Amino acid sequence: MDALDVARWQFGVTTVYHFLFVPLTIGLSVLVAILQTRWHRTGDEKYLKLTKFYGKLFLINFAMGVVTGIVQEFQFGMNWSDYSRFVGDIFGAPLAIEALVAFFLESTFIGLWIFGWDRLPPRLHLASIWAAAIGTNLSAYFILAANSFMQNPVGYRFNPDTGRAELTDFVAVLTNKVALITFPHTLAGAFLVAGSLVTTVGLWHLMRHRTSPDTDAYRYATRFGAWVVLISSTLVLLTGDIQGKIMTQVQPMKMAAAEGLYTTESPASFSVLTIGSLDGSREVFALKIPYLLSYLGTGDPHGTVHGINDLQAQYASQYGPGSYTPIIPVTYWSFRFMIGFGLAAAAIALLVLWTQRKGRTPTNRWLLRAGLIMPALPLLANSFGWIFTEMGRQPWIVFGEMLTRDGVSRSVSLTEVLTSFTAFTLIYAVLAVIEFKLLLRYARAGVPDVTPTPDDTDDAERPLAFAY
Amino acid sequence: MELTTIWFLLVAVLFTGYFILEGFDFGVGMLLPVLGRDDRQRRVLINTIGPVWDGNEVWLITAGGAMFAAFPEWYATLFSGFYLPLLLILLALIARGVAFEYRHKRPEASWKRRWDHAIFWGSAIPALLWGIAFANIFRGVPLDADHEYVGGLLHLLHPYALLGGLTTLGLFLTHGAVFLALKTTGDIRHRAGTLAVRLGLGTAVVAVAFLTWTLTIRSSPAAVVLAASVALALLGALAAARVRREGWAFTGTAVAIALAVATLFAALFPNVMPSTLDPAGTLTATNAASTPYTLTIMTWVAVIFTPIVLAYQGWTYWVFRKRIGVQNIPQH
Repeated sequence: MDALDVARWQFGVTTVYHFLFVPLTIGLSVLVAILQTRWHRTGDEKYLKLTKFYGKLFLINFAMGVVTGIVQEFQFGMNWSDYSRFVGDIFGAPLAIEALVAFFLESTFIGLWIFGWDRLPPRLHLASIWAAAIGTNLSAYFILAANSFMQNPVGYRFNPDTGRAELTDFVAVLTNKVALITFPHTLAGAFLVAGSLVTTVGLWHLMRHRTSPDTDAYRYATRFGAWVVLISSTLVLLTGDIQGKIMTQVQPMKMAAAEGLYTTESPASFSVLTIGSLDGSREVFALKIPYLLSYLGTGDPHGTVHGINDLQAQYASQYGPGSYTPIIPVTYWSFRFMIGFGLAAAAIALLVLWTQRKGRTPTNRWLLRAGLIMPALPLLANSFGWIFTEMGRQPWIVFGEMLTRDGVSRSVSLTEVLTSFTAFTLIYAVLAVIEFKLLLRYARAGVPDVTPTPDDTDDAERPLAFAY
Repeated sequence: MELTTIWFLLVAVLFTGYFILEGFDFGVGMLLPVLGRDDRQRRVLINTIGPVWDGNEVWLITAGGAMFAAFPEWYATLFSGFYLPLLLILLALIARGVAFEYRHKRPEASWKRRWDHAIFWGSAIPALLWGIAFANIFRGVPLDADHEYVGGLLHLLHPYALLGGLTTLGLFLTHGAVFLALKTTGDIRHRAGTLAVRLGLGTAVVAVAFLTWTLTIRSSPAAVVLAASVALALLGALAAARVRREGWAFTGTAVAIALAVATLFAALFPNVMPSTLDPAGTLTATNAASTPYTLTIMTWVAVIFTPIVLAYQGWTYWVFRKRIGVQNIPQH
């Protein structure tokens, strides 16, 4: 084990952890904004209750997303300083713009929304949650544009005098075809998480308290969440399909590694299950659907999909001797888990809607159990998606330009990076337990009472509508 | 003016904004156990910064992003070189941010006490470490010809840097006390005002010592004028605090922090990170910079969006301009 390995593990752990909170922030900010808009439009108290209820869950989660996000920005410089030197001219700009354009919007207006219930006119208060939601969703675009440069570098040239990659076309970086398709794919994945949480919590209350005065609100929430899951899972599939075709063009090795496809095939069949030999150079057993991989990768059932061994030989002659193959079991299984967990969430959402057809109330205990694990499924799908896309790029940190091992900080010792890795892992583990318990506590508590209390005290004496 | 100079100024402005805004957040956090005698009082203190602390912290993220985009070599050398201090700052900011949000989520006293500790240490550690970090940037650190940091942790902990840490700690404490006097009513307002004067006098002594030492290391006429103005602004703030003119006092401490940061950056220019070893290792606004193309794009982005951000962030402060006291804290 050396400093490079630990730095990679740290990046993996902190990034996957950060992305447990981000999807909920992205998706739930919009869903809460929609609920509040419905209240604003209809005056129906049920929507206000749901806005406040899911708003509380949103904020418990939001705090974690914010604080773990600072680590992400610092980490490039702290642990990947040679990478930062090499790509800073290109990579720094979207990060700075993300902060200036998106994070300020998000954090300022979230403060106004939390504390502004009695300080702002209702329309302005509603506009605040929308501004925060737009900021959050916008931030995803800039960071994904930065990440897409690592997958498919465009709009730059290598300058031999400075020894670094330099920006030549910023528009090309922002309109990288990988970024344009990864953005909707990631957003749809985020809404899958948010919709699942809304469904789960609504369903639990609906099935536990059949005679509650708030049954109507929970019924609405359950259906609303389930529809969000169905729509977003359809979008995830559609965008994922396009993404697969782009990946086959720009990162053929990643597609081959996703499939465990060792030799070039035309037509290529999709592997449902492949078991490779221990050294990972050939397959031992495989269950396959003919033509499907060709179709997924190229749009043509007879298209050619390049295999790992051929690509390895091609890269070795192009970039010099060495291994250019990712860890196949990791890419192969994370790709399948991503798809499988996402589909499972969609299936449960379909069941939830079916059991509520024509105003019925679901009673099946198994449905409740399935419903309770539902938010975990898209969260796992999101994590595996990121593990796949980042591990599938290896050994490159910037595809075709820089190897991951060349990007690490030379001045950071093994002891230092072990210290930070241990510290982050510990504090993150503790906070995960605390956050999870708080979410459970507030999810169980149910929708709040929103009857306004008559208050004749003057303004200076009146309690704040919300206080920490 | 050259683009690299503009971006040197912008990075300085972003850090100045960060220290002014999160400076009083840190001060409030550190004064929590001092001025908050019971839970309701502590909640008053936390709620003075409740709506704004998150937006204030984005100044740091923007400053870091701007440094990365405009001076990648500076960002890379600084963040990898100051590894452990930055790790501590990150851990502190994580614990502190979560604490604000979670503290009131459960009624148990033990729960709240734990988060109070997180807020105190999460504020005190960065308040001290930012001063240590900037004193080191200014004085210079061991960098080899490739601009790699070759010192250890102990190279960052010397008397000058520690004095720098005490200066930011003192400035943020005073700034926070003045802010609390400005934003609260009743007993807390009174005690915060009294404490601000005492803290400010001690801070003035430390700050003058630190800035004098700074000017003996590297100086320029502008830096001398700026440093002298720091002392004046601080003393003006204390005089205003004494006569309970809290708005003026807050302006004074904010100006003092801005001038202290400006002194460091003015005396540093055109270097951004001097090397104490090989002079070839010194990073300057020129050799650490991005290409003119990138800087031009970033300048346009900054010119368009910075005024918008300032407008709505300023408006937030206007919305929450009212003083609060224990009577305004709801039961739950």
